[in-house]
Amino acid sequence: MDYATLLQLLDTTLRFATPLLLACLAGLYSERAGVFDIGLEGKMLMAAMSSGAVAALTGSVWLGLLAAIGGSLLFALVHGVASITFRGNQLISGVALNFIASGITVLVAQSLFGQGGRTPPLTGGARSNPVILPFAEPMRDVPVIGPLYYEVISGHSPLVYLALLMVPVTWWVLYRTRFGLRLRAVGENPAAVDTAGVSVRGLRFAAVMITGVLCGVAGAYMATALQAGFGREMTAGRGYIALAALIFAKWRPWAALYACLLFGFFQALALRPDVVEGVVGVKVPVPALDALPYVLTVLVLAGFVGKAIPPRAGGEPYVKER
Amino acid sequence: MTVMKTLMGAAATLALGAAAAVAEPAIIFDLGGKFDKSFNEAAFNGATRWAQETGGTFKELEMQSEAQREQALRRLAESGANPVVMTGFAFGDVLNTVAPDFPDTKFAIIDMVVEQPNVKSVVFNEHEGSYLVGMMAALASKTGTVGFIGGMDIPLIRKFGCGYAQGVKAVNPDATVILNMTGTTPAAWNDPVKGAELAKGQKAQGADVIYAAAGGTGVGVLQAAADEGILSIGVDSNQNYLHPGKVLTSMLKRVDNAVYEAFKEGEALAPGINVMGLANDGVGYAMDEHNAALVTPEMQATVDEAAAKIKSGELAVHDYMSDNTCPAATF
Repeated sequence: MDYATLLQLLDTTLRFATPLLLACLAGLYSERAGVFDIGLEGKMLMAAMSSGAVAALTGSVWLGLLAAIGGSLLFALVHGVASITFRGNQLISGVALNFIASGITVLVAQSLFGQGGRTPPLTGGARSNPVILPFAEPMRDVPVIGPLYYEVISGHSPLVYLALLMVPVTWWVLYRTRFGLRLRAVGENPAAVDTAGVSVRGLRFAAVMITGVLCGVAGAYMATALQAGFGREMTAGRGYIALAALIFAKWRPWAALYACLLFGFFQALALRPDVVEGVVGVKVPVPALDALPYVLTVLVLAGFVGKAIPPRAGGEPYVKER
Repeated sequence: MTVMKTLMGAAATLALGAAAAVAEPAIIFDLGGKFDKSFNEAAFNGATRWAQETGGTFKELEMQSEAQREQALRRLAESGANPVVMTGFAFGDVLNTVAPDFPDTKFAIIDMVVEQPNVKSVVFNEHEGSYLVGMMAALASKTGTVGFIGGMDIPLIRKFGCGYAQGVKAVNPDATVILNMTGTTPAAWNDPVKGAELAKGQKAQGADVIYAAAGGTGVGVLQAAADEGILSIGVDSNQNYLHPGKVLTSMLKRVDNAVYEAFKEGEALAPGINVMGLANDGVGYAMDEHNAALVTPEMQATVDEAAAKIKSGELAVHDYMSDNTCPAATF
């Protein structure tokens, strides 16, 4: 494998890791606050459809992004009402939302555009076009670092940089702010937070809404940057891989970045069986590469790579003592 | 209550009346979806053309999951639809079990041979059409490297790839053909994101013309090629219009004609195997105003010459499915 191939792989890795990372951080907020969210997939799908449809109708990717966040927030709100206000089962609510998203996105897109549940191909300003970072052109000829900067780091949609920026932001919010402390506390011991006079419901709703916003960005990235429009089931299980990444990262923001990059790298590798064959020396079946993220997650869950302990109050609706 | 009864009675009479008339033909679309802008959409266009010309109506069903296959087929056959046309090789096994249960219903399957007394099998010589677009790809390529992106890794798609590679090598024996498949499950027919990444990967390896034979996945391939400023080749339907000036041509597979003919024959559908090739206009390549600037008269003349040779039998393109090997490429 030569350097150019490696760069190309890393470039693909970053593109694939972005929706995973956004969804993974989204899940991190929600689960750290004690609300399991298996509906990341559904929210992303809803967001992808909203952004694809609105961007196609208005010709503006930014309105599409807003619509994506709106669509995703709507689902997050339903999840919040079902699992926080009415103390329903969080997993069932999430699964239900996934099913609803799978159907309603196609239905809405079909009734709007009549193209079999697809939105029309986006062009020009309706897409999230790549930005060339400063100094990318002049640095291109610098050996080793130049091509790395030009090919891999520069030339992505602004949403990619937003996703990367969200990692330190999430770290800072969770570990350096009062809100973050309370959010983590509400996922570990909601009764203590309640005793301190802080609203458990309010905090959990806030976390679920943040999840909605991040999933919205992830969906918009899928529909306007990775692809030019929405297609049926276009998230293709990324919400679940993000959940796997979240467990792999043990619910920590920086680890989430590495996990998503790793999973993105596996996905990129699966596209280049020729490279894998060249490096390993034997022909590795593509499905085996596709399965790697899940295999790793199972290994982590089985305790081989340290222990993954979920937030203690995760999955349990909080009932105030009377 | 009485009103309700009357209404329901009227409705029942209507329904009976409809059933007593000439049976409606039906079509089942495979997982790529009716609007995949490619294979299934061609079938839909053929059905629509029949409906417009005859004023008739047809039943249709879009598959949503693999598990529905047999159920969908039985339901349409039980509803009295005749003939029932299905698009896609994947119906082969199911049809083999369902067809004997409905001896009075005629079935037509595209892309697969099912030997039952009431089944018409329509297969295409995709390798011939792919050979022609392969020649065109080699003629248009400046780097000497061209790409092929298939959908699900099955012999039928390898047949496309093999014909393509032969066409490329016929023009430029030193050319490199990069072959990729999207996946090994039917989901590979509808994964434009992966298609786009595969196309970007092939471009990074030097390909400047990419042929997509991947159903709905091809939409992503064509999009990525247009984004990256290289040429692409569409498949099944004429896809030149998707990105005018960026799609070199499309390998036409006249699925629409096959469906149209089947519907037109109606209940008198003749069972047996029907091979559609270059000679009977079953396959070909697309020329229209969207790609006129990309294809020079010399290129077209070269390709047409080869087409004439294939038609006359002077030139034989190797069919991957005949012996599961390809002289021009390895999968």
